Formats: sequence, structure tokens, C-alpha cells
Amino acid sequence: MSLRIVVCVKYVPDATGDRHFAEDLTTDRDAVDGLLSELDEYAVEQALQIAENADDAEVTVLTVGPEDASDALRKALSMGADKGVHVEDDDLHGTDAIGTSLVIAKAIEKTGYDLVICGMASTDGTMGVLPALLAERLGVPQVTLLSEVSVEDGKITGRRDGDSATEQLEAALPAVASVTDQSGEARYPSFKGIMAAKKKPVESLDLDDLDIEAEEVGLDGAWTKVEDATARPARTAGTVVKDEGEGGKQLAEFLAGQKFI
Amino acid sequence: MAEVLVYVDHVDGAVRKPTLELLTLARRIGEPVAVHLGAGADTAAATLAEYGAVKVLAADAPEFADYLVVPKVDALQAACDAASADGSPAAVLLPSSAEGKEIAARLALRLGSGIITDAVDLEAGDEGPVATQSVFAAAFTTKSRVSKGTPVITVKPNSAAPEAAPAAGTVEQLPVSFGELATGTKVVSRKERESTGRPELTEAAIVVSGGRGVGGAENFNVVEALADSLGAAVGASRAAVDAGWYPHSSQVGQTGKTVSPQLYVAAGISGAIQHRAGMQTSKTIVAVNKDAEAPIFDLVDYGVVGDLFEVVPQLTEEVTARKG
Ligand SMILES: Cc1cc2nc3c(=O)[nH]c(=O)nc-3n(C[C@H](O)[C@H](O)[C@H](O)COP(=O)(O)OP(=O)(O)OC[C@H]3O[C@@H](n4cnc5c(N)ncnc54)[C@H](O)[C@@H]3O)c2cc1C
Repeated sequence: MSLRIVVCVKYVPDATGDRHFAEDLTTDRDAVDGLLSELDEYAVEQALQIAENADDAEVTVLTVGPEDASDALRKALSMGADKGVHVEDDDLHGTDAIGTSLVIAKAIEKTGYDLVICGMASTDGTMGVLPALLAERLGVPQVTLLSEVSVEDGKITGRRDGDSATEQLEAALPAVASVTDQSGEARYPSFKGIMAAKKKPVESLDLDDLDIEAEEVGLDGAWTKVEDATARPARTAGTVVKDEGEGGKQLAEFLAGQKFI
Repeated sequence: MAEVLVYVDHVDGAVRKPTLELLTLARRIGEPVAVHLGAGADTAAATLAEYGAVKVLAADAPEFADYLVVPKVDALQAACDAASADGSPAAVLLPSSAEGKEIAARLALRLGSGIITDAVDLEAGDEGPVATQSVFAAAFTTKSRVSKGTPVITVKPNSAAPEAAPAAGTVEQLPVSFGELATGTKVVSRKERESTGRPELTEAAIVVSGGRGVGGAENFNVVEALADSLGAAVGASRAAVDAGWYPHSSQVGQTGKTVSPQLYVAAGISGAIQHRAGMQTSKTIVAVNKDAEAPIFDLVDYGVVGDLFEVVPQLTEEVTARKG
């Protein structure tokens, strides 16, 4: 039986750009160029490696997002994933993490899966809660924040470098996993991969296809509300001196003035 | 007053500082009730009481250590049910650790509640607690609240100064029955991180970090010596971690730890956006970098353009002399 791997990826505004909020206090996705979240590249990489080590496997990349988010799918397909699923619906604008997890969980169930792999967090929202939410919704084990992962005999094992300890984890498939940026560099798409990706199938789904009501998602369906967003005042320019042999002492003088020594 | 459940982060009953911060914040919105899972509740209770816990709900079972995350979600859910007997809790607060956020997420879903992660401040509001967050690599500050259910909020370390406020801290046993999912992910083995003898990175008042400019694992003693003279924790940029010079557990930044100390010292670090995401909210920032154009200098209160191997040892010597 083929091992069905679904990788969840997000299309995010480039972190090196000047990210802003839109008027409705959602992330402004027009002001800055988007791309496949770098942290999800690690998830695609691990999925491809697991697939390469399996007798028979299929890697599906799944994204929820506006039309442009198809760029993220193309990138993952050009790295080597087999097919894509794009959930797109105008009513999704402003959906919070809980709502997003509903949409993704339904799309994963519709696609069919043995293993779901996510990145450790998005580079825009940075909450890092989606894998746990998916595991809760799908009712399968959560094997998250792995810096090493392998799949064998219907079991997933991996190393989690946690807050205060390193843990070796094990669970039976089906399961939801997430991998960190310590799991291994992601491959670059090859020219051949980029050409092949253009022909790979991408299924489009909307809320109707997933039996989700518009009220369950979007800004109005969110269970949290952003009331205010203000740009952090630029730090007042500090003193910068050139070391002429006394730099360390000058710095000590400053620290003493601030009562740190 | 409504109860505010506070998840206790501890090692065998030794309560970690972020929990005391949570208790302090909890008092702004209600009566703190601590939830202590695992061994050591009686030891912890004294500290929890000192910082304002009116009650300590305690549960101990092997499942908490043997399986990932879910047993703790089951227990917190039981605690919420218990608290609901006297009206629904005003909020559930957890530390913004990797595990804290995962527990919070699953709990929120079960309660049918919204979740806010990585709060840096918390205050009472007309429509429930209002959380302050620092987003887009700390370029923006937002205020948010949960609009459905019992607010589940995770709070970053160093978000409040712990204030003692003695309360009863009566220990009550919390009966927990584990669901089917609780034993889904087995923790086959666990190796506690060895203590460096230095303060915990996320909790430290001072952090001294080294980057690619440090040039090798063997040179990190320059950074460590300064840290030790200041009683600081040691951090590292991802470039230094990826090069294998310093452990990942010390990485500061988007994919490492977020720190918000009184003083952050960056040595040989350029100040990339992903690094800034982890340290930009520090109160005072100083840097030593040989490149006057390095972006880190846009953030500093005081910067020295120079070779860190000259400047840092001189600083260390000066600190030691002044303290001595
Ligand atoms: C998805 C993603 C997540 C990331 N997460 C993180 C993260 O969590 N944390 C993080 O730090 N980075 C992270 N990065 C990487 C980040 O973009 C930078 O590459 C990294 O922070 C650079 O580290 P650095 O400043 O030490 O190295 P560099 O940028 O190479 O800077 C080294 C600096 O040292 C100075 N220098 C060299 N020699 C000396 C000397 N003798 N004396 C004084 N100064 C000297 C140089 O002038 C230079 O400014 C992430 C990147 C991505 C894409």
C-alpha cells in the first residue's frame, strides 16, 4: 500500500520585506512579495526523504490561501512533491489559527493520508500551534518539533529537542508530525524539477467542497480579535563609537552608567 | 472573583520563574489557581502560594512524562471542568514554551475557545483579558483578545516582574481520566539538558550572544567569560549554531529562543531580521561588530565598531575590576 504523505505549506510575506497590517488588521499580503515559508521547505524536504525511503509513496502538498499561494505549491512541486491541493475561497480572509486548522483538517481528510508533515511554525504568524491543532482535530498522534525523523513499518520515530530535554518519540501512523529547521537543509529545485512541476496536478477546493460554512471561518468567524496594531517606535538612535583601543572600557563606562555593573 | 488557571512549569516541584510571572499577571484578571502536574506539588505549593495561588490543583501520573503533550491537555481540561463548577474560569494561562503552546492549542480547541500565543503583557478589559503581542519580528505591537469561550493565553518569559502576594495555596487533588489519544505518542527516552551553571537563556536579566564573527567553537570562551563576569546567559546566532560552535538550545531568534532581557550584548552578530525577531524587545542593546554598516547598530543603545577579540576581553576585564 502506498504511503500517503500530506505536507502543509504556507504562502507568507517575505520576512525581509516591510511587513504591515491591512486596514482590517489582518496581515497585509499585497504590500510585500510572498513566498513559500522557509520553515515549510524543511517539511517538504523530510517528506521527500521519507518517500524516497519507502517502497511506494505519494507526496501531496496542501495550502490554504489566496490565488498567489499557488506559487508556494509550485515551489514544493518543483522540489519533487507529486501533486498539490489548493484551498481557496474569498470567505477565508481573516481566518484565525483555529479556523485554519478546521479547513486544513477537512482538506487532509478529503485527500486521504497516512502522515501529515508541517513546518515548525509559519514565518509570519509564528504561532507554531497548527500541527497540534491538526492532531487534535484528526484524532491521531502528534509527533512534533522533530529535528530528526524516520518512518518504518507503519511507525514514525524522531528526536524532539524540547524546552529542557531531548526526547525520542514514537507513534503509530496515521500521525501528524512537524519538523524544525535543524532537520536538514532543503534541496533546491532542479531545472528538470521546475519543468516537471508545471505538469503536476493541483486540485482546487473551496469551502463548499469541504462542507464548511462561511460563518465558521474568516474574520467574523475568528475566536480572537485584534483590536489594535501599532508600529513599534524606532529605537532612539544610540551612540556608536569606533574602537581606538579603549572600546571595551567605553562600553564598560556605558554599562556602569546604566547600573549593569 | 473568577478563577484564572495557571499551568505550572516546574522540575520535580521546583517552580520555574515564568510561572511566577504568570501568577503575577493572573492576579490582574482574577484569582490564580495553579495546576501542577507530575511529582512535587507539595514542594511547589509553598512557592505558588507565596506568589498568589489561592489553590493548587495537583495530579500525578506516569502518563505526564511517558507520553507527549496530550495527557497534560486532559488534565487541564479536567481543571477547567472543576473550576467551572464555580462559574467558568476567566482565563487559562500557560508559558510560551514549545510544549506550553501545544498544550494551549489543543485545550482551546476542546473548550471551543480562542487562543492567543506569545503575549508579552496582559491586562483586564471590559470584554475579557487584553493581550499585548510583539509581531513581525517586533516591528509591530498588537492588542488582542479572545472573543469566544474561556481565553487561553500563552505568555513569554520576562513579560512581568514576579511580585509576591501571599495566598492560601491549598493543595487539592485533581482527578484526571486520560482519553484514548493520551497515549498516542510515546516518549521512548528523555535526556535532560545539562545545566551550564548559567542562568536560563529566556529568563536571564542579561544575555551575551556570539555570532559568526566569533569564528569558531574554541573562541566562544571569549563570549562566555563576558557572560560570567556579568552573571549572564550565553546566546548564539543561527550562523554560529549551524557551524556547530554552540548548541541549538542557545540559539536566539525566530527559530530559536525569544529573549527580552534588561541587557542584550551582541558580539560578531550582523543583526539579520530573523535574529532581531528574538531579541528586539530587549530593554538595552549593545553590540560589538567590526563592520560599521552592520544592521545591528540600528538597534543599539551603545555600539562599538571594532574587533570583538579586542573589545570583549577588555570589557570583561573592566567589568571584573569594577565588580571586584
Ligand atoms: C527561516 C529562517 C529562520 C532563521 N532563524 C534564525 C534565528 O532564529 N536566529 C538567528 O540568529 N538567525 C536566524 N536565521 C539566519 C539569519 O538570517 C542570519 O543568517 C544569521 O542571523 C546570521 O548570523 P550572524 O549575524 O552571526 O552572521 P553574519 O550575518 O555572517 O554576521 C557576522 C557578523 O560578525 C561580524 N564580525 C566578523 N568578525 C568579527 C570580529 N572579529 N569582531 C567583530 N565583529 C566581527 C561581521 O561584521 C558580521 O556583521 C534564520 C534564517 C531563516 C531564513
